[in-house]
Amino acid sequence: MATWETVIGLEIHAQLATKSKIFSGASTAFGTAPNTQACAVDLGFPGVLPVLNAEVVNMAIKFGVAIDAEITPNSVFARKNYFYPDLPKGYQISQFELPIVGRGQLGISLDEGVSKIIGITRAHLEEDAGKSLHDEFPEQTGVDLNRAGTPLLEIVSEPDMRSAKEAVVYARKIHALVQYLGICDGNMQEGSFRCDANVSVRLKGEEKLGTRAEIKNINSFRFLERAINFEIERQIDLIEDGSKVVQETRLYDADKDETRSMRSKEEANDYRYFPDPDLLPVAVTDDDINRIRASLPELPEQKRQRFIVDLQLSEYDAEVLTSSRETAIYFEKTLAQLPDQAKQIANWILGELSAALNKADINIEQSPISPDGLSNLIARISDNTISGKIAKQVFEAMWQGEGSADSIIEAKGLKQITDTGAIESLIDQVIADNPDQVDQFRAGKEKVLGFFVGQIMKQSKGKANPGQVNQLLREKLNKGRE
Amino acid sequence: MSKTIRQIQRGLARGEFSSIEITQDYLTAIKAHNPTINCYITITDELALQQAKTADERIAAGQAQALTGVPLAHKDIFCTDGVKTSCGSKMLDNFIAPYNATVIENIEASGAVMLGKTNMDEFAMGSSTENSYYGPAVNPWDHQRVPGGSSGGSAAAVAAGLAPAATGTDTGGSIRQPAALCGITGIKPTYGRVSRYGMIAFGSSLDQGGAFARTAEDCAQLIQTMAGFDPRDSTSIDHPVPNYSETLDGNIKGLRIGLPKEFFADGLDSNIAGVLEAAIDEYRKLGAEIVEVSLPNSKLSVPVYYVVALAECSSNLSRFDGVRFGYRCENPKDLEDLYKRSRGEGFGEEVKRRILLGTYALSAGYYDAYYLKAQQVRRLIKQDFERAFEDVDIIAAPTTPEIAFKLGEKTDDPVSMYLQDIYTLFLNLAGLPGMSIPAGFSQGMPVGLQLIANYFDEARLLNTAHQFQQASDWHLQSAEVK
Repeated sequence: MATWETVIGLEIHAQLATKSKIFSGASTAFGTAPNTQACAVDLGFPGVLPVLNAEVVNMAIKFGVAIDAEITPNSVFARKNYFYPDLPKGYQISQFELPIVGRGQLGISLDEGVSKIIGITRAHLEEDAGKSLHDEFPEQTGVDLNRAGTPLLEIVSEPDMRSAKEAVVYARKIHALVQYLGICDGNMQEGSFRCDANVSVRLKGEEKLGTRAEIKNINSFRFLERAINFEIERQIDLIEDGSKVVQETRLYDADKDETRSMRSKEEANDYRYFPDPDLLPVAVTDDDINRIRASLPELPEQKRQRFIVDLQLSEYDAEVLTSSRETAIYFEKTLAQLPDQAKQIANWILGELSAALNKADINIEQSPISPDGLSNLIARISDNTISGKIAKQVFEAMWQGEGSADSIIEAKGLKQITDTGAIESLIDQVIADNPDQVDQFRAGKEKVLGFFVGQIMKQSKGKANPGQVNQLLREKLNKGRE
Repeated sequence: MSKTIRQIQRGLARGEFSSIEITQDYLTAIKAHNPTINCYITITDELALQQAKTADERIAAGQAQALTGVPLAHKDIFCTDGVKTSCGSKMLDNFIAPYNATVIENIEASGAVMLGKTNMDEFAMGSSTENSYYGPAVNPWDHQRVPGGSSGGSAAAVAAGLAPAATGTDTGGSIRQPAALCGITGIKPTYGRVSRYGMIAFGSSLDQGGAFARTAEDCAQLIQTMAGFDPRDSTSIDHPVPNYSETLDGNIKGLRIGLPKEFFADGLDSNIAGVLEAAIDEYRKLGAEIVEVSLPNSKLSVPVYYVVALAECSSNLSRFDGVRFGYRCENPKDLEDLYKRSRGEGFGEEVKRRILLGTYALSAGYYDAYYLKAQQVRRLIKQDFERAFEDVDIIAAPTTPEIAFKLGEKTDDPVSMYLQDIYTLFLNLAGLPGMSIPAGFSQGMPVGLQLIANYFDEARLLNTAHQFQQASDWHLQSAEVK
């Protein structure tokens, strides 16, 4: 059987986090009553004119600088003409021939330290359309224009990705980047961050691209992966059955986990793009770019490098901790309390905390354990108040909201036993109770040591200091050998 | 009722009549003659008397502003808060804007009284006012003839003494041509001088608001209130507005007036040529220096104009879709039916023709050959003027190739109708300011002389017109209706 190669390019729409719309003063707040946030400009009334919100230009430049792209000195808004009830003017103001952000790139890390550069063809500014509501009114369609005129940055990648997994890594990286930059809230449920995927397949070694399908309506990373994988299989099946892939737009249906045809190339609109005569070219000077570059926060890549070099974290830990702005913030807040415990903190965040977050299906910023709380817990391990094992128990209680690490340790009497006399009497008891195992050890079976440690820890309800237990146990057992 | 703004201001200031009285006089004349002239679509008598009352109070309190108490008419293309704005179309027969155009706002703020909204070719598309949904306006000099267009209602109202002055818009000659055919003075300022906000768009890169009056002096006053930067119109230009009345200061000795050789050649009616020669002689007598200039690319202005203007209109008029405002067809079957019938029934023939032509010019595969090429030639036309203005201060040209034609004479021949604008539309392509002033008569009908100035040189333009009017009495001839 032939081996297939998948080619994927993504178009990501990031909603820019401005207070007002891209061409009007109306608010962009989400979730208000239909049509309460649409002014005459958003409604496309006769005679009214668009005026560009300067903040969207700054935000687009931030993104461009962050991906090392060329910034177009005079980018041009163009009209994309088509009729639809949620498109009030009968055209969308977008950018076509001269987008504000030109060619750039973004590095992604794949498994086992393999990394890859994904080309970014362009990023352009445009206004969002409104929303058609098909279910609310029987046999009618409602139109909510609150979203009309919301600023979007459309980020178009090169067809550089070769698997659904790569596409997801890239999309997540863009998702993290726009949040780091503070230009998009990244909320996928509310549609602030949306992906369209262009997918095609070709025989390995073939240079010509296969016919692609564009998949729309993907609103989570999980669905992105599923939609692409479904589409790859569909296309391979088609070709192997002797038919052809047709160029078309397909819709992903998450409930059925399938893509289905929305419109073919023949049905596609002729958008009749032309420069919008109501808007001047967007003039951006080198000074503007330098000023914005200087104002950029530390970006994920820089942070990652710093974590590896300055904090001596592993590549993997640094990658994961910087993969989202919120995780990095959580880590750095915890680190501020315990500056020399970077590795411990990383282990806790990537281990216990992230497992608990996953299980509860919540984000790190919603974690019931705050960075201060976690640092308190880790501090108790490092000052030997509790063992790592007990710490997990304390963590669990903290997660349940039972209080701070200190108060839980106190209330539950979990403080580690470090008194040598107390530990010795536990050891003596266990040695007396298990003569057979003592003989085995003395006959040279070192492994039995673990059995004794286990028994002692059990007797102490886990509170005995494991280091001390080990040392004293060995001394006592060896004594009998002599 | 052939009063000028200046005369009304003097009468109000001296207490010869009140604003209510003069307003009532105009309203009475309008009631009597509008059924014949059909220059008003909407007569705002109640509002006018209310505004006149306020004006009288201000005058009594010594708080009169520039135009306090002066009655004016507005082309029905300017949105007026609470008063129907039809744009001459069935599509907007039911449309009442919830906002004022900036021009209306400025004029209202200067204290003027609004008599009503004037008739026009539907969406400003036409040269005769015959394309109005409300029936054609007629030429006050000869009711069998057209008043010109598209601002024919405004021109006819002023010529008939049914308003002392009126606003208009000029996309390809829509102020200058009707001013010429009706024997009054009209000015189209530099593109960007007057805000387009609230002025219903036809060709956005060409449209410019301006004024009609009996004299250049009155035009200066009206333009004074209309001009200036408007943050709501990105294409309005932040350039100081001089005091236009103060610069009507005489002496044009040594003024260099250029005559484009291409415009005084074949195609110009010989009677009109004679009238214009006499007018040019008058300028010679006033001390102006007359020289020949060349605008070699001006012959291309008709095709270029009709590509650019129609492309823009095809997109500008997309918002009239029957969804949010304006005409909606009865019982639409589905969305497509709603669009097709609302637009098919709501727009007139000429508008539909232009939308189709413009859509074609922007279509995939034709864009480069039409729109892009037209924009390139447009730059050449602009350069012709830039070169000419290195040599001269003012360019003089015919306004129209012939006198007002008979109603119905050209309605079946759109191309011959389009050629009426042969001397006016190159100005809009270049964005320059221009005027038409009464220069004499041919067959008992008025003939206009077109004057063109460099960018933002309206002061010189108005003074050049004013000096002619100081030395001649063509502008005092009246077609006043009996």
